[in-house]
Amino acid sequence: MKILVCISKTPDTTAKIAFEDNNTKFATDGVQWIINPYDEWYALVRAIELKEADPSTVIHLISVGGADTEPIIRKALALGGDESFRIQLEHGDAFQVASQIANFAKEGQYDLVLTGKETIDYNSSSIGGMVAELMDVAFLSHAIKLDVAGTTVTAVREIEGGEETNEASMPVVVSCQKGMAEQRIPNMKGIMGARTKPLKVIDADNTSGLTAIAKFELPPAKAGVKLVSADNPEELVRLLHEEARVI
Amino acid sequence: MVLVFIDQTDGHIKKSSFEAASYGAEVAKLTGTSAEAILFGSTPSDADQLGKYGVSKVHTVSQETLNVMDAGVYAKLLQEAAEKLNANVIIFSNNTTAKAVAPRLSARMKAGLVSGAVALPDTSNGFTVKKSVFSGKAFAHVSITSDKKIITLNPNSFAIVTTGGNAEMSSLELSDAQPKVKVTAVNKVVGEIPLSEASIVVSGGRGLKDPANWNLVTDLADLLGAATACSRPVADIHWRPHHEHVGQTGLAIAPNLYIAIGISGAIQHLAGVNRSKTIVVINKDPEAPFFKAADYGIVGDLFEVMPKIIDAVKKLKGVA
Repeated sequence: MKILVCISKTPDTTAKIAFEDNNTKFATDGVQWIINPYDEWYALVRAIELKEADPSTVIHLISVGGADTEPIIRKALALGGDESFRIQLEHGDAFQVASQIANFAKEGQYDLVLTGKETIDYNSSSIGGMVAELMDVAFLSHAIKLDVAGTTVTAVREIEGGEETNEASMPVVVSCQKGMAEQRIPNMKGIMGARTKPLKVIDADNTSGLTAIAKFELPPAKAGVKLVSADNPEELVRLLHEEARVI
Repeated sequence: MVLVFIDQTDGHIKKSSFEAASYGAEVAKLTGTSAEAILFGSTPSDADQLGKYGVSKVHTVSQETLNVMDAGVYAKLLQEAAEKLNANVIIFSNNTTAKAVAPRLSARMKAGLVSGAVALPDTSNGFTVKKSVFSGKAFAHVSITSDKKIITLNPNSFAIVTTGGNAEMSSLELSDAQPKVKVTAVNKVVGEIPLSEASIVVSGGRGLKDPANWNLVTDLADLLGAATACSRPVADIHWRPHHEHVGQTGLAIAPNLYIAIGISGAIQHLAGVNRSKTIVVINKDPEAPFFKAADYGIVGDLFEVMPKIIDAVKKLKGVA
């Protein structure tokens, strides 16, 4: 089985969110970059578990971005994965990024393409579905459990108001979320080994984007908390009813 | 024409789909066209209500294959419908169905997608949609540069406009599509208010000390008709089911009222709830970061405070 895990670079979950250049660019000063948690904790770790169960499995990592993406690709390689690829495309929109991945995945004849359910920066949940459509294969979205038997992929997916179990034949694209696997910490052997694993840079094709970010905006600051005495919690209920009018 | 995809559950249209319908009607006004709706599967009893929110026509598609949601089939048939009906903008409510279908449809139609919209598009110079980014910590204004456009609207982000019209019901025939996905089991939680749509959410954290104390959360939620949620540590130690986890790596929600009980308010948790209109924090630690993001707060022992709050709400609601 050949698995392709899509890796995205995102700011750390505790990063301060600020913008520059007239609010058109994310301010990267002092920002720590991480592997998008859904890509790392669920998609990549589950791929590694599948390889542990069947050592003939090959795991390739792909990331679409600039050279500054390479440290997080190395970090992903330290966790697991045999080879990695970076497609040189900066600031591509979801469709451009998905097109690069889909073309690469078709050409490489991957059986399973795994993505996180979304990135924690743009929160669009777009790449997996777009890749599946461009590859013309099944898409199992928001999977919390993933198993493989022969060429059949079984996933438990989150749906509105519950869960659903789906089956599809390879190739399949799966977007992964919490429940699928547990976060792992890379060990020293993995970190040392990652330095020499292949990281191949590929040129992007000339697919055009369909969207562009015009500007960013921060939410307005809160006015400040109104504290109610712990001796008189009834006052809180009154305020919520009469002042905020939310109950 | 603006085409709104309508979701249903248990034979009823979801509140978030009425929001999407009303949003679609306003987008249609902005772009000088009309809004129509499309419904897959059996027709819910309240389909005619869509007219009230400015939808002029409801297309029902009742092919049997559509009773099972296969994102590929849905996308294929929605493209066909959009072409037949000449739709330029397609609107979804941003839920798990939309997250599976809208990206496929976007790639299929080469229609730019903005997911998680929180406001009407700005059409003064192109077509720009404001969406939530950085897990609720900021917004981006995203221009859609393609002819065809797709928007998924975040629930509880757009106030429904009642226009009071009537919608014509019309059955639409689409070609048959073969699903690539087989559904082998469905496990729906019945009787629970879906967290993403709830207008009030009561949430508990590690401060509750033991899952046995969760009645302090659920009793208040029941009285308020609220959904229940929890912080990540609570889901991680399996005190509460994973689907209740709100925060950066859980669900992001935007209810009218969010009541946080015994949650300190780590930045990752705030990211998932800071779009709530009113935030109430009950915590014994006055230094809890959550108070900085709250509108109302009580610094105190939740085990003393919560029973009094529950009693006061009972009185307010006239429950003995």
